Amino acid sequence: MKINMSYGSGGALTSKLIHEVFIKYFNNPILNRMEDAAVLKVSEKIAFTTDSFVVTPMFFPGGDIGKLAVCGTVNDLTMMGAIPKYLTAGFIIEEGTELSEIEEVARSMANTAKEAGVKIVAGDTKVIEGNGGIYINTSGIGEIVKTGISVAHCRQGDVILVSGNLGEHHAAIMSKRMEIDNQIVSDCAPLTGILKELMKEKVPIRFMRDITRGGLATILNEITDSSLCGVVIEEGNLPVSAEIRGFCDILGLDPLYMANEGKLLAVVPKAKAKRALAAMQRSKYGKNAVILGEITEGNSVTMNTRLGGRRKIDLLYGEGLPRIC
Amino acid sequence: MITLEQVIKELGSYDGRPIKIMEVCGTHTSSIFKHGIRSLISPKLELISGPGCPVCVTSALYIDKLVEYSLMEKHCVLTFADMLKVKGTTMSLTEAKAVGGKVRMLYSPLSAIKLAKEEPDTQFIIAAVGFETTTPIYALIMEEVIKSNINNIRLLTSMKTILPALTYICDNEKGIDAFLCPGHVSVITGSRIYEELVMKYQKPFVIAGFEGEHILGAVYEIVQQITEGSFHTKNLYPSVVSVEGNKKAQELVEEYFEEVDDDWREIGRIPSSGLRLREKYHSYDAGSSFAASQTDSPKGCRCRDVVLGRIHPVDCPLFHKVCTPMNAIGPCMVSTEGACGIWYKNGGKNQ
Repeated sequence: MKINMSYGSGGALTSKLIHEVFIKYFNNPILNRMEDAAVLKVSEKIAFTTDSFVVTPMFFPGGDIGKLAVCGTVNDLTMMGAIPKYLTAGFIIEEGTELSEIEEVARSMANTAKEAGVKIVAGDTKVIEGNGGIYINTSGIGEIVKTGISVAHCRQGDVILVSGNLGEHHAAIMSKRMEIDNQIVSDCAPLTGILKELMKEKVPIRFMRDITRGGLATILNEITDSSLCGVVIEEGNLPVSAEIRGFCDILGLDPLYMANEGKLLAVVPKAKAKRALAAMQRSKYGKNAVILGEITEGNSVTMNTRLGGRRKIDLLYGEGLPRIC
Repeated sequence: MITLEQVIKELGSYDGRPIKIMEVCGTHTSSIFKHGIRSLISPKLELISGPGCPVCVTSALYIDKLVEYSLMEKHCVLTFADMLKVKGTTMSLTEAKAVGGKVRMLYSPLSAIKLAKEEPDTQFIIAAVGFETTTPIYALIMEEVIKSNINNIRLLTSMKTILPALTYICDNEKGIDAFLCPGHVSVITGSRIYEELVMKYQKPFVIAGFEGEHILGAVYEIVQQITEGSFHTKNLYPSVVSVEGNKKAQELVEEYFEEVDDDWREIGRIPSSGLRLREKYHSYDAGSSFAASQTDSPKGCRCRDVVLGRIHPVDCPLFHKVCTPMNAIGPCMVSTEGACGIWYKNGGKNQ
């Protein structure tokens, strides 16, 4: 069955959509009250963020727009040292969307939220003219367990870690769009588990960031700008699977500039680097974590190439790939 | 057999006469940065970019025509990604799209056929731009169009061949000592096409792949040839490049296209450097024109000198100051294969 404009009327069909899809899957006492706003009990210090998702195609190997919408906001909270607690979800649905697709997206959001330990406690649905697209906004709050994480806090001698292989989300979306048949799967995943492991080890995290649009190169440049330092990374340590490497070679892409949806970069003091690495590698989505490089003097990002040369790593200019998340 | 370490050591300490090597292909320009090649070789070995970016040398009037088609009722322009951002005399296809122009990205030749079948009332105009690597794709589309009796696909062609451009550079630009020949193009053409250039101009033409080792190997080979004063075509990419090239692709292109004198943006007319649909397929041509279409470069823009290997992008007074990928003045900054864009993205201002 396809959604038409009456599903956005606020009347019986809207109520049917909300109850038969969203309440059914998101099901929790706070949401189920169906008041104008969720009433929440939270600790003193919270992180609060929002993100919108317009990815095309909606379903891709390794995920869908729903999983992405939960992971995106969960990961942004996590990167600020917060354990994500509550999400809101706003849906803008184009007429012509199959009800079964909305249901699949909602189911996927519910599963991902469960894995990430968050509840979806408020929501909104609008239907607009169009061709069967779904757009989702999620906002979220998380309780801060580690304060002082900032891109401006990196210091000379600190070590840079990356939690796993680069480029997978980007390549999965591109493959689907270009109808290229391969085994590449998006890395879309909630990263709260990595934060929890790092906290168990009492790693004094200076900075953390999920490596999304703009890729690793963009974050490394933000570090040099904000922390007034240099960065040196080793090409030999760059975590990239053989399949992604082949994909990049054929299409002229560079994993340093590709988007991920389940990878993070962390900067920690050198003395804690090994401990941080072990903590990451213990967590579900950090098995391929590596130490990639370090914070140095200077003001730019340099990569020591496999051949022993030096390459300056600049920002990403222009669009990487539109509507990737 | 010489090892990679020895090659790096020799190239790093090279102290002979300065050698200027032109890399013709944008992918090589990228790879040179990616592998930090310049930091490994002596400053006496200069690597300079050439005219190997198809988008950079496509005439502005051609883009105008695409824009015009995109804005026509029941028309849709199909193009590979790179053409979207380059401006014609008034606007780019991206800008045309913003004012209602219909432009779609082409990912594979067969997707064009699929679209044409799904939307029989739309006239699809394929922006057939590219060098030898892409022309077989357009030939494939033509083959399928004829086989499936599709009558709503036409080609607006601006296809170019690399050999006449290299000849032009050898005739007019005296400073280039050797050529790093394009790996991908050579897969189609074969290594044989460079032999007449070697004979005529007495310079090394070396074909290489895109790994750092390949490029270093090619530079080493060029230094050897120049030091010994003995010049020949050397194929360092034999796993995919043969002497004769891809015969099947050549025959396919030959069936549908014929040579024509063509204009290169920033360079001008080069004899026999373009391809157009043969007379018998003219009904599939969307009005491709090969008339003089030189437009003046924007004031201060030195794309012409960049394309001809006279200067590095950093030597242009606009580079990085006025001209950036976000606000590109000349075509070499717009395209992902353009030398200026590649230098900019790789922090070329500090190289």
